[in-house]
Amino acid sequence: MAAEKTLKVALAGNPNSGKSTLFNILTGLNQKIGNFPGVTVDKKSGFAKINNTAVEFIDFPGSYSLNALSEDEKVLPDVLHDKNNPVHPDVVLYVADATNLRRSLFLCTQIMDTRIPVILVLNMIDLLEKSDEAIDVAKLAEELGINVFAITARDAKGIEELKLALIEPLELPKRKILSEEINETDKAKKQRTETIQRYKAIGEVLKKTVTKKEGGLGSSVTKKIDDILTHRIYGFLIFFAVLFLVFQSIFSWSAYPMELIEQLFSAGEEFLLNHLPAGMLTELLVNGILAGISGVVVFIPQIALLFAFIGILEDTGYMARVSFITDRMLRKFGLNGRSVIPLISGVACAVPAIMATRTIPNWKERIITIMVTPLMSCSARLPVYTLLISLVVPSEKVLGFLNLQGLILMALYMIGFIAAILTALLMKFIIKARERSFFIMELPVYRAPRWSSVGLGILEKVKVFVFEAGKVIVAISIVLWVLSSHAPGDRFQKIEEQFRSPEFSQQHAPEELEKLIATEKLEQSYAGIMGHAMEPVIRPLGFDWKIGIALVTSFAAREVFVGTMATIYSVGDENNTMSIREKMQAEINPETGEKRYSTAVAFSLMIFYAFAMQCMSTIAIVYSETKSWKWPLLQFIYMSALAYFSALVVYQVMK
Amino acid sequence: MKLSELKPGQTAIIKDFSDDDLSLRFLEMGCVPGEEILLERIAPLGDPIAIRVSGYSLCLRFSEAESILISTTENK
Repeated sequence: MAAEKTLKVALAGNPNSGKSTLFNILTGLNQKIGNFPGVTVDKKSGFAKINNTAVEFIDFPGSYSLNALSEDEKVLPDVLHDKNNPVHPDVVLYVADATNLRRSLFLCTQIMDTRIPVILVLNMIDLLEKSDEAIDVAKLAEELGINVFAITARDAKGIEELKLALIEPLELPKRKILSEEINETDKAKKQRTETIQRYKAIGEVLKKTVTKKEGGLGSSVTKKIDDILTHRIYGFLIFFAVLFLVFQSIFSWSAYPMELIEQLFSAGEEFLLNHLPAGMLTELLVNGILAGISGVVVFIPQIALLFAFIGILEDTGYMARVSFITDRMLRKFGLNGRSVIPLISGVACAVPAIMATRTIPNWKERIITIMVTPLMSCSARLPVYTLLISLVVPSEKVLGFLNLQGLILMALYMIGFIAAILTALLMKFIIKARERSFFIMELPVYRAPRWSSVGLGILEKVKVFVFEAGKVIVAISIVLWVLSSHAPGDRFQKIEEQFRSPEFSQQHAPEELEKLIATEKLEQSYAGIMGHAMEPVIRPLGFDWKIGIALVTSFAAREVFVGTMATIYSVGDENNTMSIREKMQAEINPETGEKRYSTAVAFSLMIFYAFAMQCMSTIAIVYSETKSWKWPLLQFIYMSALAYFSALVVYQVMK
Repeated sequence: MKLSELKPGQTAIIKDFSDDDLSLRFLEMGCVPGEEILLERIAPLGDPIAIRVSGYSLCLRFSEAESILISTTENK
């Protein structure tokens, strides 16, 4: 069989036109995510076979016009005007919302006038039937000079005919909608005149093809829902209820599958350690690679749950209302109404939260949201906070009913939130906008969510995370493993020899001895050396080299701090918080002869963890979301500086 | 008169724009001169606003609405 040329079909249309739903129906699960050539815009393509013809569908970002403003919107005109572009389509499948035909036809006729075959798909024909309008489809095809199909993407009505039409010989549109050339040298003026004339021409077409009918529902249902959802009291109450539900799901519901994943991986790690020959390779596989993969997979439940909610909120049209009611408040801080979901999700985990910033259309507002979200106190900070609070804050009541430890914990969450808001405000003035901030957007009609799109959306997010951020996480995880389990020269061998000698093995039980060896090894490892090297820098914060080691290892994830403390103080079991606390309490600062973990040191440490970018997964996801190392590096630098100087002030004032 | 001076429930006809950058965006979204618009609602905090134009709802900020010049029509 001769290899035939693949037919390239571009899907274009306005946002909310149902373009993605149609794309999913046409391609099923056979999808691939990549980049459009030369730009950092996500490209979704899918493959299908229609009767023996191989077809590649390419989903273009939704837009309203070819006179593009943002990077996303520019992709379509750039590709259409460049015949040599590898994704230049053979035919454009233009998806139009049948209930919004006038505005939909604007971009459609613009594309037709670039002289490329276009097939117009009237989507949501079921909703049109309920409205007060009727479209004469045959007449519309005749007037426009292109093929027109009426479908309902939700229940796949009319899809088969559409597919067959794609493999018919393709024809150019029979006429140009805007045939006269406009004599105007000023580009902006020309575009404006063109737009007005194009709408006039569309008006002429619609006069002949659309008729009003009696008894339609119109948009009264949406209006009634909006009366409640954008109400000044109920609107906000419902919004807070939705936020609470989202937060609950990623904070507590996701804990069960996450625990299961961790158990499965540690069982697997134990199995491999017991059954593979002991040695470097096995350790690399288990403690480096497998631990890294486990660190990736463990995020999947949170990502899936968060994007189930976001998918539903976007699909129903509610997210646009969230922007509508919160825009005024958030605009002052350089944020967007859609920043609220990422910020609140950040209290559970910054990784899915940062992925959720995709829904923010304005580049600058999205970058600011990404930059400040990791300041929200995530759940990985909680074990660090509780350990340190229980170390230095007495469990007593304030004002008779408030628990002092609880108050301090709440204060730490507040500090994170305030820091995020203030940083956003600062960045609003520092970061240069790529485009003017518009808020001209459609409030779509409310609809029931399309579950298949929600499901595919989740799958897509998980895939992006695992394959893009996952690579970085595994790589850093291996580096950290090397640092904490290797030492220069024969240091480890000497430790083994020393501790296995009779004088030690007679004094200590075998278990005890293992813990002592682990402690000694960590102190002598590269991480230990780094801890020692860091000491002069972190001493003004009240930290010693042992805390330095924990700062290095907890770059994997903040909660690793607790585990490292357990190893350093030879406790062994990191779940045994009681004994870690006792050991830390007993630690004496040799210079002052007083407790190492004084109140000042503990608070300095907590503030440090509140602000520092101690999370490789966040760095990985910021890299994959912004597609450059510039933003994660800037974020790492500003957060580390903020953490260092805040901890410095806290320690110097409190000591 | 500016669109920003309209009250909820009132309708008007678009006349012209006072901001060149914004005008193209409005035109593309179907806000062409001669088109009738209805001020549907104002957000709870007083900004942004939502208008009905060309058969759908469009929201925009108060400052953006100031750049759309209108003439009022009788309330039906």
